[in-house]
Amino acid sequence: MTLKLMQGNEAVAMGALAAGCRFYAGYPITPSTEIAEVLSRQLPKLGGKFIQMEDEIASMAAIIGASIGGLKSMTATSGPGFSLMQENLGYAVMTETPCVVANVQRLGPSTGQPTSASQGDVMQARWGTHGDHPIIALSPTSVPQAFDLTVTAFNFSEKYRTPVILLLDEVIGHMRERFDMPDFENVQRVERLGVNVPPEWYKPYGDSVSDVPPMANFGDGYRYHVTGLFHDPMGYPTQRLDEIEAWIQRVNRKIERNLDEIILTEADGLEGAQTVVVAYGATVRSARHAVKLARQRRHKVGLLSLLTIWPFAEAEVARLAQNCRRIVVPEMNLGQLALEVERVAGRSKVRRVNLANGEMIHPQMILEAIEAH
Amino acid sequence: MPDKNASGNASKLTDTGRIEIRLAGEGGQGMILAGIILAEAAAIYDGKNAVQTQSYGPEARGGASKAEVVIGEGQLDYPEVLNADALVALSQEACDRYASNLKRGGLLIVDAEKVTRLPVSHAVKVPVADLALQATGKAITANVVALGVLVGLTGVVSRQAIEKAVLGRAPKGTEEINRAALKAGLDSAGAELHL
Repeated sequence: MTLKLMQGNEAVAMGALAAGCRFYAGYPITPSTEIAEVLSRQLPKLGGKFIQMEDEIASMAAIIGASIGGLKSMTATSGPGFSLMQENLGYAVMTETPCVVANVQRLGPSTGQPTSASQGDVMQARWGTHGDHPIIALSPTSVPQAFDLTVTAFNFSEKYRTPVILLLDEVIGHMRERFDMPDFENVQRVERLGVNVPPEWYKPYGDSVSDVPPMANFGDGYRYHVTGLFHDPMGYPTQRLDEIEAWIQRVNRKIERNLDEIILTEADGLEGAQTVVVAYGATVRSARHAVKLARQRRHKVGLLSLLTIWPFAEAEVARLAQNCRRIVVPEMNLGQLALEVERVAGRSKVRRVNLANGEMIHPQMILEAIEAH
Repeated sequence: MPDKNASGNASKLTDTGRIEIRLAGEGGQGMILAGIILAEAAAIYDGKNAVQTQSYGPEARGGASKAEVVIGEGQLDYPEVLNADALVALSQEACDRYASNLKRGGLLIVDAEKVTRLPVSHAVKVPVADLALQATGKAITANVVALGVLVGLTGVVSRQAIEKAVLGRAPKGTEEINRAALKAGLDSAGAELHL
């Protein structure tokens, strides 16, 4: 263990190293740049590679290539760069290439306000790339959790052969907290399912028990075709309806069948709560404060913190909605995840608390929503 | 607008021993580094909990920048200052911008030469930049002098902890300069207390 005052972005970088990341390609952008800075120093010491690319389109392409080559790979960016990454993010989904994309959200749209906090990219993380696709997005609430969820992001990406988005906000990215970092050898790592058949038998996108096909690394003698077109079990483009349908079903199923493992939440005092606050990211910190104040005033309040924001914790929220009178959803945006909560719980039950000027949500704003009639 | 006073006082009820410090100055003066050092003194060397946040503009020099440090005994929920127990302001702009949620009766420390308009009736005026020049010959050590003044007046972290934290962040070869700057700040706080 190493006790440090560590920044959230640094914790992401250290978490990536602990998870086994050995390739980073990116283009620096506030407020994510420290992730690149730390990895540019640390990766070479571990035999890894760091490349500063010409832009974010190329960065995303590079980490997909490196991952197909066998290395755990990541990039980091903020809103403007995340917009540029969307096309290749879809390519990673289509080619089922494990990789991690950290987006430290700043105030947008466009260049916006580089040093201001925001949670404005929640829907972009879900639907920024086109077509029906599953996605996993994780959102830490503290520096230690930035480390842990980065490890989890790599583990999910390798296990399910999918890109995973780490959705931080400027507060968590730049904040420094006391963190007793675990030794890397004590961190639980998941490795991708390798191939145990000879090259001539290998079907890169063939049937598999878990819906996740074993992945051969380029260069290991398994020649196969990688394309963004719908492809058959051998990886070649197909127009057969049965093969297209089978692909779409399988790729969505591999996430949907594992929601119990993928959806990470923290529950605080939900039992018997009349009002429940549903929050994520830095806003959880405001919510915890507000919930404690509300309890001192004898309100029965619970807090559900969503560490996994995509896929959305539909079952948990539906259960809450049956038992509580009101759900308060604070967000540093004009209401994005609230749309999902409203879809599940019904609009009349949900009270939104929104702020989109670059500041954190003040606990008092949440307290007022809890107490409002 | 939220009633910051109400929740600021209430924050004492939610986090054990919560103390909120804000350090502000011109961009480039090292106030964010001062915040990091203060938080390290509390979290690493005094064994407390601490969280440090910051806000700054896109420019590398100039403008106003601030660092915030919240110190407590256990879990710290809200990471930013709700109602500052102490504010250190090394420039007029920083004082104007960041004094708004200084707690009633909170401690305001200003650079006596640079901050002439005060937002509250009582402030501790220390010639921080001049002391830095006298003690080390380098104006750039003003942030460490300011930390000395703050710690000397408040004891928010122990003297041993702040010294270890300053030296832990001092670039190689500047240890003595930084030690001298810290001492100048601590001494001036002592003089202030005896007024």
